[in-house]
Amino acid sequence: MSSESSYYVPEQSKLPLMAATGMGAMGYGAASWVIDGGTSTIFLIGSLIMAAAMYKWWSLVIEENTRGIVSDQLKHSYVLGMYWFIFSELMFFVCFFGSLFYVRVLVGPWLDGEAAVGWFDDTATDAAIANATHLWPGYDATWPPLVTPDQVVTLAANPDATEFQFKGPEHAMSFPGWSFSQILGWLPLWNTIVLLSSSGTVHVAHHALKEGNRKKFVTWLGLTVLLGVVFLFLQAEEYIHAYQELGLTLESGIYGTTFFLLTGFHGAHVTLGTIMLLIAFLRGAKGQFTDKDHFGFEMAAWYWHFVDVIWIGLFLIVYVLG
Amino acid sequence: MAHGPSQNFFSRWLFSTNHKDIGTLYLWFSFAMFLLGGFFAMVIRAELFQPGMQLIKPEFFVQMTTMHGLVMVFGAIMPAFVGLANWMIPMMIGAPDMALPRMNNLSFWILPFAFTILTSTLFMEGGGPNFGWTFYAPLSTTYAPDTVNYFIFGVHMMGASSIMGSINIIATVMNMRAPGMTYMKMPLFVWTWVITAFLLVAVMPVLAGAVTMMLMDINFGTSFFDAAGGGDPVLFQHVFWFFGHPEVYIIILPAFGVVSQIIPTFSRKPLFGYSSMVYATASIAFLSFIVWAHHMFTVGMPIAGELYFMYATMLIAVPTGVKVFNWITTMYKGALTFETPMLFSIAFVILFTFGGFTGMMLSIAAADTQYHDTYFVVAHFHYVMVAGAVFSGTAAVYYWLPKWCGRMYDETMGKVQFWIAFIAFNITFMPQHFLGLAGMPRRYSDYGLQFTDWNMVSSIGAFLYGGAQLLFLYNVIRTIGWGKPIDDPQVWEGAEGLEWTVPTPAPFHTFSTPPVVK
Repeated sequence: MSSESSYYVPEQSKLPLMAATGMGAMGYGAASWVIDGGTSTIFLIGSLIMAAAMYKWWSLVIEENTRGIVSDQLKHSYVLGMYWFIFSELMFFVCFFGSLFYVRVLVGPWLDGEAAVGWFDDTATDAAIANATHLWPGYDATWPPLVTPDQVVTLAANPDATEFQFKGPEHAMSFPGWSFSQILGWLPLWNTIVLLSSSGTVHVAHHALKEGNRKKFVTWLGLTVLLGVVFLFLQAEEYIHAYQELGLTLESGIYGTTFFLLTGFHGAHVTLGTIMLLIAFLRGAKGQFTDKDHFGFEMAAWYWHFVDVIWIGLFLIVYVLG
Repeated sequence: MAHGPSQNFFSRWLFSTNHKDIGTLYLWFSFAMFLLGGFFAMVIRAELFQPGMQLIKPEFFVQMTTMHGLVMVFGAIMPAFVGLANWMIPMMIGAPDMALPRMNNLSFWILPFAFTILTSTLFMEGGGPNFGWTFYAPLSTTYAPDTVNYFIFGVHMMGASSIMGSINIIATVMNMRAPGMTYMKMPLFVWTWVITAFLLVAVMPVLAGAVTMMLMDINFGTSFFDAAGGGDPVLFQHVFWFFGHPEVYIIILPAFGVVSQIIPTFSRKPLFGYSSMVYATASIAFLSFIVWAHHMFTVGMPIAGELYFMYATMLIAVPTGVKVFNWITTMYKGALTFETPMLFSIAFVILFTFGGFTGMMLSIAAADTQYHDTYFVVAHFHYVMVAGAVFSGTAAVYYWLPKWCGRMYDETMGKVQFWIAFIAFNITFMPQHFLGLAGMPRRYSDYGLQFTDWNMVSSIGAFLYGGAQLLFLYNVIRTIGWGKPIDDPQVWEGAEGLEWTVPTPAPFHTFSTPPVVK
């Protein structure tokens, strides 16, 4: 039910235009930056405008809430907004998971001249046969792919070649084996433990807040932020390891491509979630949340659980089955 | 809080939080883009008037076809329906405004920036995007001009705008309905829009994923769409059409909603089969996710894939048939009058059904091998995009304009515009079916001599159709400025619904106190 008294329709605001200007400068600036010889100036200016707009916007919403004009119904609009925003984020990952499925299950066999999946595709198509006979003869599809089709063909023409357009990685990130020391030294497992526990700690913090125990809330939320930072640190370590020791880069064919894009976008979302939790932590320390009214924290917590769910998908599909 | 519009012109339109003003901004923006995209179309048709290269170079011609598609789909049609949603949804469900008014303004203002970035590429070194509006890799990656990066970020911005706009619509419909306005009492326009909004939230992120992969392939050495690294250019097509097929329903579902409002009004009968309309819309939306590869029958899929996508596509004819049946049955034995919105709506039903039939022809995988990438496809989707979406958008403006501004448009001029548009549309696009069946491929700046006659006919129709839009613009401006004032809240004799209970013209704020729906 909506009425004048219960639903707040804000007055005019300069913030949306400010945010749109920031976004416009970021979009234009990012494009001119990636083009050879471009600089990051316009992008950075846009980011600053955007950051300022977001800061002011959220400050305004918090201020409106403390003034008591944010009704339960309006809060429900915010809840719906956050739900569907998280759903849209989920679909972004679905796009990349789907692409990984497609290249791994279908494209690999097709490049090597075979049919892909029995029930669906029992004889090799003409296109697949043409791949094997004309384009990439000698390519043998495996997962994880340590050689690229380009490498196979270039080496067949010149066995001494060292320069390739795409050079496969020396090692992949897959499951190392069942021995105790192998498992103990496997970074993704530690990352899983860190992230799963952080979902637990944020849950404990939420309960503490509902009980009105602010000290406990701040402590457990602080621990969650710390675990988020540890996760990001471990992922940075993993990337350095991949680049320096495994020869696994963005340019090492489809394995590096899917690996870095999936884990990279997840890492970007963890960063965002950590920032959201950090802000909730600072606001919590100032006593801005009450046991009944702590929507800002709840949004950050939902986002954090979402990031966790994506990680479980990544851990199983990219690492364990990778 | 009963504040009226700001007296200052700039602050009223730049900083608005009012759903009616933002709706107006969307509609004017979309019309501006419609004229820009139409101008590109005129360049295309002028060049194709005769065989041989007459006016422009082939490189520029493909930029025109690309920009025409992008501007029309993302700049003209989609914002037009978002504008209508902004204006009408709160009034139809008895809400004081959209659920998140400031974000509403942000969704709008992103668009002018995004389209400035996109169209500015036409003046840059290397020219604008030249790879078709579907931007298939590797044309849009390996062989694209540097300006493709502006295109990529422009698409990201349009996506952000669409996602925010849709979230706003979902929150409004789920949270802001007046007491008694249950889901199954909502006007069909609201239903079709909320389902469209779900589609948008689901597929715009996939489009963002597609352009992100392009960005990485172009600038950072990844190999999503490069078989040399183990990727596949066909992957691009799958990702694109996973977005793209729902996208065509994103365009047409609100059009269905508009027509489902107008036909009952001028038939003076309630809509036939209301609940079946709702279920049919939801079924179409669901099916739109599982048919995407029918756009790529000739790409070399396994036979089982071809068969699956063919049969799944044909299924869509069932709920669509339900809709067409219901519109016709609504008119059956009604007290029909033929005002301009009704004329456009009837033309919509006929011509959209025609476009649906050519769609059935295209859905047959074996036959599609002949039709693929010919003018037959161009004719097919212009029957559903122009006679579908644009006709219903025009109908909606004529239908609701008196409510918006409290003035009646010139009926004679409206009817003249309708008949010019209707005839010119068919002169333009009917011959393209013949050209396509005879083998003329799309996106080429030149053609064999045997195609000359029908191309000339098509170009003449196109210029006539373009002229009809100027008449439309004139009629709308004339109505707003000098139209005959009216104050009947109902405006149309047969109109039903909450939006017709508020005064005419609709005041700046409506339903500050929610109405009770019995």
